[in-house]
Amino acid sequence: MDIRSQISMVFHLDKCIGCHTCSIACKNTWTDRKGAEYMWWNNVETKPGTGYPGKWEDQDIYKGGWEKDGDGIELKGAGKKKGLKNIFHNPHMPVIDDYYEPFTYKYLDLIESPAGDDQPTARPVSLITGKPMDIKMGPNWDDDLSGTPDYARQDPNLAKLSTAEQEAMFQLERMAFFYLPRICNHCLNPGCVASCPSGAMYKRGEDGIVLINQDVCRSWRMCVTACPYKKSYYNWHTGKSEKCILCYPRIEAGFAPACMHSCVGRIRYMGVILYDADRIHEVASVDQDKLVDHHLDILMDPFDPEVIESAKKNGIADSTIRAAQYSPTYKFVKKWGMALPLHAEFRTLPMLFYVPPMLPVMASLKDVDNSAQAKKLNDVSKHWDDNWLYDTSTEELWGTIDQARFPLQYMANLFSAGDTGKVKERLKKLMSIRIYRRWKTVGDISEEKAMRVLSDVGLTPAAAEEIYYLTSLAKFNDRFVIPAAHREHAIEMMENTGDRKGSVGFGFKEGTAKRGL
Amino acid sequence: MTALNSFLFIAYPYIAIGVFLVGAIYRYTSSGFKVSALSSQFLEGKQGFWGVVPFHFGILILLLGHLFVFLFPDLVLAFNSNPVRLITHEGIAFTFGISVLAGLVLLMWRRATNPKVQAVTSKMDVVIELILLSQIILGCWIALGYRWGSSWFAADLSPYLWSIFKLNPDISAIGSLPIVIKLHIVGAFTILLLIPFSRLMHFLVAPFHYLFRPYQVVMWYWDKKAIRDTRTAWETHPPRNN
Repeated sequence: MDIRSQISMVFHLDKCIGCHTCSIACKNTWTDRKGAEYMWWNNVETKPGTGYPGKWEDQDIYKGGWEKDGDGIELKGAGKKKGLKNIFHNPHMPVIDDYYEPFTYKYLDLIESPAGDDQPTARPVSLITGKPMDIKMGPNWDDDLSGTPDYARQDPNLAKLSTAEQEAMFQLERMAFFYLPRICNHCLNPGCVASCPSGAMYKRGEDGIVLINQDVCRSWRMCVTACPYKKSYYNWHTGKSEKCILCYPRIEAGFAPACMHSCVGRIRYMGVILYDADRIHEVASVDQDKLVDHHLDILMDPFDPEVIESAKKNGIADSTIRAAQYSPTYKFVKKWGMALPLHAEFRTLPMLFYVPPMLPVMASLKDVDNSAQAKKLNDVSKHWDDNWLYDTSTEELWGTIDQARFPLQYMANLFSAGDTGKVKERLKKLMSIRIYRRWKTVGDISEEKAMRVLSDVGLTPAAAEEIYYLTSLAKFNDRFVIPAAHREHAIEMMENTGDRKGSVGFGFKEGTAKRGL
Repeated sequence: MTALNSFLFIAYPYIAIGVFLVGAIYRYTSSGFKVSALSSQFLEGKQGFWGVVPFHFGILILLLGHLFVFLFPDLVLAFNSNPVRLITHEGIAFTFGISVLAGLVLLMWRRATNPKVQAVTSKMDVVIELILLSQIILGCWIALGYRWGSSWFAADLSPYLWSIFKLNPDISAIGSLPIVIKLHIVGAFTILLLIPFSRLMHFLVAPFHYLFRPYQVVMWYWDKKAIRDTRTAWETHPPRNN
């Protein structure tokens, strides 16, 4: 057992309202500069949809991630042989038009145009060439466009669905969508790191953040291909690749990254997960149907004395172990089993997990008598004389999952490498919490039914309360449990404090004699 | 004429080698950030393929070929003693010369016509491309007009180059060479001279070490096991002042 610590994330998709505040926070902090205009280290996609860059999930086009090679795994479109062979021209690399050509408008023309018969206009100009351009695509132009032929119908996840299922999804009455915010997954088996010919990319041992050393990157561009999530971007101006740094200066100080801090829907959770680094390669090489289970298997229980002992042997600080014990992400992923990794079949073992969204369900309109309720309202309060109810309830306990407007298979293609069972299990848990809380607050469900639902999915009322708290009420410090880095250790490693004995003290790098004091 | 020859073939090579060594090491060590292949594939990929690939593979083979003849002239002369082998050898080399020429012309055409590629073009890029173009044209011209290059390179130029590196320059064989070949030699040293000031730096950092490392790279800020070990703490940093 080789225990390491990883800063991991959980995104609770049920709560995402698609406001892009995270994207803007990230853009303003890190990528608002030449060469990086087109980069969105954090982006929010509408699903079903093609995403950013277009069809990034389709590895027949981009050849990202790993594939099985005998008993082991090999990079699909990069690696030692393929990478060096294609180093002059990388055939599977996305180009700027797969993202979008960054643009601005000539706003000054609105003010400085001479008087004339027509309104002056602000023409769009390319941020690369500075010349006028026709804008063909922009950031999140696929927003909310479920059902459209250009975006939703081109979603690579639909490929494994039958034609009938696809058609059913896009019937006008059934149309639905949800948001998928994405950042770098800071994987345990990162394809980008493995593909970098220069060795510029690395995973930090202390917290598992994956970074690119800008001084060592030589623009061989293999990481762009090898990352199946397309979260490594090529800066066309500096000739270096860049990626999400998980705001490591903030993490080291114990703060949440900008995207997570600014999240309006409070969908984001961050915490430490201890994992067994010895088994990474073995887990990444198992058959596709076992990938998710084995991945979750190497995330270790932070209360297990053996795990703690091994962690301490590896020099993991007590504060980090403590953070792992309070980690909200460990709870969502392992303790409650409610979150799943995105596209486990890419075999990079991503450490960003998603709580799948409750599926929109088919509903019926039911006649109801609202007059009794209306009488209770205050005179000044507005009420309608409607006598119908948009009814999503069913006699069947888990009926609504089967009546969902999305086929489960679609969710499974995203979150569980095609296994509908795993997605269904998570959705049932989400639903059981709702039924439980409905019994508590609304009271139109019997206690017996609420308890039966909980025991069906293997949750206790106490656990249900805890999930409810962390989902709905959690404060900042509950959602983000981030141990600050122990920088004093790093300083001690670089210079022995004994060496400074007798010198002028903190702040001087030179000894006294050399300074002539 | 002798003075000019002495400058071009004795002084200039030493200047070029000196500037190359000092400049390349300085640039590499002072700022790794400025060392990059500056690929423009991201901005334009399709047209670039037809230029980049023939150019790079061609120039790689030609460079290695020149290097081989310089290092092992006797082997090459022995190999060339059979006319069939000589013609095959020269034919292959010339084919790669043409592929470099075609690739380079296409790349320059791409640079001249594609506004996105122009946006990432520096003056030095143009200078380098023009020098490379003239160098490759001269090279092809020599291969056709002054046969057989690989043999007389081994017989005349290899000793000259060796004499440069042995710090005992001997240009007796150079003086009588045709002007085309002289220009090719000067061009070669000019390219060497310009490496530290241009994107050509990238071939010095060709990533062969990739073959010898494990795929995954994990870096620690500090060796957590060593730092807390009282037995090694003082050994790794012997105290200097007590």
